[in-house]
Amino acid sequence: MSRIDVNKTYKLFIGGAFPRSESGRVYEVKGANKKFIANPSLASRKDLRDAVVAAKSAHSGWANATAFNRGQILYRIAEIMEGRSEQFIDEICELEGVTSKAAKIQIEEAIDTWVWYSGWCDKLSSVTGSLNQVSGPFYNFTSPEALGVVAIFAENKPSLLGVVRTLAPVIAGGNAAVLIASENYPLSAITLSEVIATSDMPAGVVNILTGKSSELAPWVGAHMEIDGVDVAGLSKKQEEELRLVGADNLKRVFRFSSINHPDRITSFMEQKTVWHPIGI
Amino acid sequence: MIVDGSEGSLKKFLADLAPVDQVGADSRAAMLATRSIKTTSKAWAIDMAISMVDLTTLEGADSPGKVKALCSKAVRPDPTDPTVPMVGAICVYNDMVKIARTELNTLGGKDIAVAAVATAFPSGRASLAVKKLDTQDALNAGANEIDMVIDRGAFLSGRVGEVFEEIKIIKQLCGDKAHLKVILETGELVTYDNVRKASYLAMLAGADFIKTSTGKVTPAATAPVVLVMLEAVRDYFILTGNKIGVKPAGGIRTTKDAIKQLVLVNETAGPEWLNPSLFRIGASALLNDLLMQRIKLRTGHYASANYVTMD
Repeated sequence: MSRIDVNKTYKLFIGGAFPRSESGRVYEVKGANKKFIANPSLASRKDLRDAVVAAKSAHSGWANATAFNRGQILYRIAEIMEGRSEQFIDEICELEGVTSKAAKIQIEEAIDTWVWYSGWCDKLSSVTGSLNQVSGPFYNFTSPEALGVVAIFAENKPSLLGVVRTLAPVIAGGNAAVLIASENYPLSAITLSEVIATSDMPAGVVNILTGKSSELAPWVGAHMEIDGVDVAGLSKKQEEELRLVGADNLKRVFRFSSINHPDRITSFMEQKTVWHPIGI
Repeated sequence: MIVDGSEGSLKKFLADLAPVDQVGADSRAAMLATRSIKTTSKAWAIDMAISMVDLTTLEGADSPGKVKALCSKAVRPDPTDPTVPMVGAICVYNDMVKIARTELNTLGGKDIAVAAVATAFPSGRASLAVKKLDTQDALNAGANEIDMVIDRGAFLSGRVGEVFEEIKIIKQLCGDKAHLKVILETGELVTYDNVRKASYLAMLAGADFIKTSTGKVTPAATAPVVLVMLEAVRDYFILTGNKIGVKPAGGIRTTKDAIKQLVLVNETAGPEWLNPSLFRIGASALLNDLLMQRIKLRTGHYASANYVTMD
């Protein structure tokens, strides 16, 4: 007797939980061979709102954790991903239509990216901070601090690496993230949310939504609680519209090249300068 | 006269009350919580909820500065928007009553009441003499409302006459000078039947308001408990013609929670109770969420906590 398929319900990741979209909507995702693969949730603006609330409340705990601890947790994500590589490879092959060899290279690179950024966590303030010379009896030093809540529009392809290289630097610096997965290639992001949920990451630091970025982009742009946006997955036109509505709260909006770089971390940080009298 | 005040008559009255259908109360409250309130109704509900807030600070760390800051927030909840209504009252400990009253009067908030938590709040574990002094002290300082706690120990042991007598004495002290709110501390009463009985006991003894909780015990103002109290108030009105107010306090933090409470009021006690003189919400964090939702309705995009005051 043949066994009945146990199909997976693809859900959102908000505040450490896996809810369906409050709107109840789903949409169809097709593979490289045009065959139906999954019905992920189609997130609404209210799911975005809930994700931002979760991120905002998680932010201070994450930003105030020691940089060493943040690095450990990022490394832990890499460890857990390693054990899940089969699933990632299957999903990448199905969606992107690449060979399993190419998919394997992609996931290895993604895992190495986590490790690379985890190493940066406790070095950042030494490398990008400074002890400034001032003409007075003061110690004057500058160190980076996390912005707050950062939204990320993940790029389409490579579907896993594209998520990791945008997400890792944002949270390495102590920000809380709301990541909007690529509309057509969301499976890696969903599986990554299951990895993150089991990696000692405090609930709400990473929130992952699936759906249409065109629907969510204007709400992200206008949301006063979102302090920065990585627009990797948006078109130039969408980016321009987002920048216009985002000007109200001086959002930092960035689009990076595909290279891993500490600038990706510090772009979503502010430099704080402290004056302290010498001898007290 | 429904009861003559003797222990026997009270016990008989309370024993004759119909028991609460617990499953029914839970599901009715859950069903009413699914009502969707949008656009103009939502704007109305937010302003109504703001005017019903008893802005509360009941911490050991309270200082005159903090109470004054709270007073200015009560008068002008959103300093950038003069169309926001004032809150219903300020709720503080006794020693802060005078400071609050003076500050409110200075800032143009004469109509905002000052509520004092008296009678050995929050436990109520003190002798009657001390409770009377505590109340008198608050009244002398200028409190317009007294939030008293009942003796839950006595109530749960069945000494209802004692509880009744205590409320009556405090009510006499308040006289015309102040409204009396009676805190049932429903989180310690265990069953909905007890909530119904305690509600009636307080109303019979002369309470102007019945209030769910001190805010120091969880669970506090859950929807089914508020439903049971609103039903008691409605039935008491039918029985006697007296309108008693209800004040849920504790655990109401979001606009959604507050609007759910308003739906409960409208559907249970009726629209007449949608009025700050008959319904109040004891809260501190709630006000900021109401203001942020108000900003969202006005500007069309989601607001940030960075643009409302920190308390």
